[in-house]
Amino acid sequence: MRPEEGVMQSRAQAMQAVFGLVTDQPIIFCHGMLAREAYKLNDRPQNFYMIGSAGGAASIGLGLALAHPEKKVLVFDGDGNVLMGMSSLATIGGLKPKNLIHVVFDNEVYGSTGNQPTYSRLIRLDHVAKAAGYVNVERVWEREDIVYECKSMLNQDGPSFLLIKVNEQIEDADRVAVEPADMTKRFRAACESRKA
Amino acid sequence: MIESDDFVRALEGIGCNFFTGVPDMMLAGIIDVLGERRLYTPAVREDEALTMAAGAFLGGKIPVVLMENSGLGKAMNVLMSLNLIYTIPCVMVISWRGFEGEDASEHLVMGQTMPQLLDTIRIPHRTLSEQTLDHDVQWTAKTFMEQRIPVALLVKKGVVKTLQP
Repeated sequence: MRPEEGVMQSRAQAMQAVFGLVTDQPIIFCHGMLAREAYKLNDRPQNFYMIGSAGGAASIGLGLALAHPEKKVLVFDGDGNVLMGMSSLATIGGLKPKNLIHVVFDNEVYGSTGNQPTYSRLIRLDHVAKAAGYVNVERVWEREDIVYECKSMLNQDGPSFLLIKVNEQIEDADRVAVEPADMTKRFRAACESRKA
Repeated sequence: MIESDDFVRALEGIGCNFFTGVPDMMLAGIIDVLGERRLYTPAVREDEALTMAAGAFLGGKIPVVLMENSGLGKAMNVLMSLNLIYTIPCVMVISWRGFEGEDASEHLVMGQTMPQLLDTIRIPHRTLSEQTLDHDVQWTAKTFMEQRIPVALLVKKGVVKTLQP
């Protein structure tokens, strides 16, 4: 059942709710408008924004989570990206990294390319994640539920999958201004200093 | 023939400490050694293996990605839109199926064009041999450090010992 439009957040609002809970945890952002919005709302050195490689954000998060088992790693993903990289849900479910939190902002469209519908309006991505072996799986759309579930996932062993149903509204946001090679350096340094 | 164990130790010798990939029979001996030593994190697609390795590199690891060259086709977009753009390196160990046309038909086009494909997207590569193992691995380390992009070691049939089918 599709949540009522009236209570759904925009993706930017939903991201803000999660940003309010994170401290120094690294976050991987899938490519597209999601990354641009995040850059505008809350740029920080622990943010890694993708500009291509659709479907790959969760796997980058997985590799990072395996390299840094002592810290929670977040992935901000979209429904189109999850559908494209769905096989990586099996890898995550199979490996079960306790420190990975996969947050999916599901607006049921390819919002960066003209709002073509995705299959997530027909397929429950949270069910897919559960079947793939994620330990904590929740589907939410209201702000207080986003905050509640995200808080508990930050304090629980994962892997966790938080599906946030959002509306199609897009924040007016420019391209990420950090050069990719600089972002790699900046992000690695931020991860290193966390480890110390 | 290079023992799989020696090959793994040679890679460890240059600092490699995160191993992922998708299996090929020609790489089965290497994966077996890595599995026994609990060093291997299996991926389900080659592009996924590369992105996982990228995450590991961002977390301070020196990653190795094992794949058959058919997987190079799947991995192309990640190489071009992630590794080369963000200067995220890894060591790619690619089995050369279809070398000199001696393989099943699905491997022939890739077998013939792989070096040119790698040249086109400017991935440095070198073909591994038993006689030059040490040099090959040292070259890999040097190129990795200098260029900060993926470096490919190509493995022909019979060069690294594999499992008996």
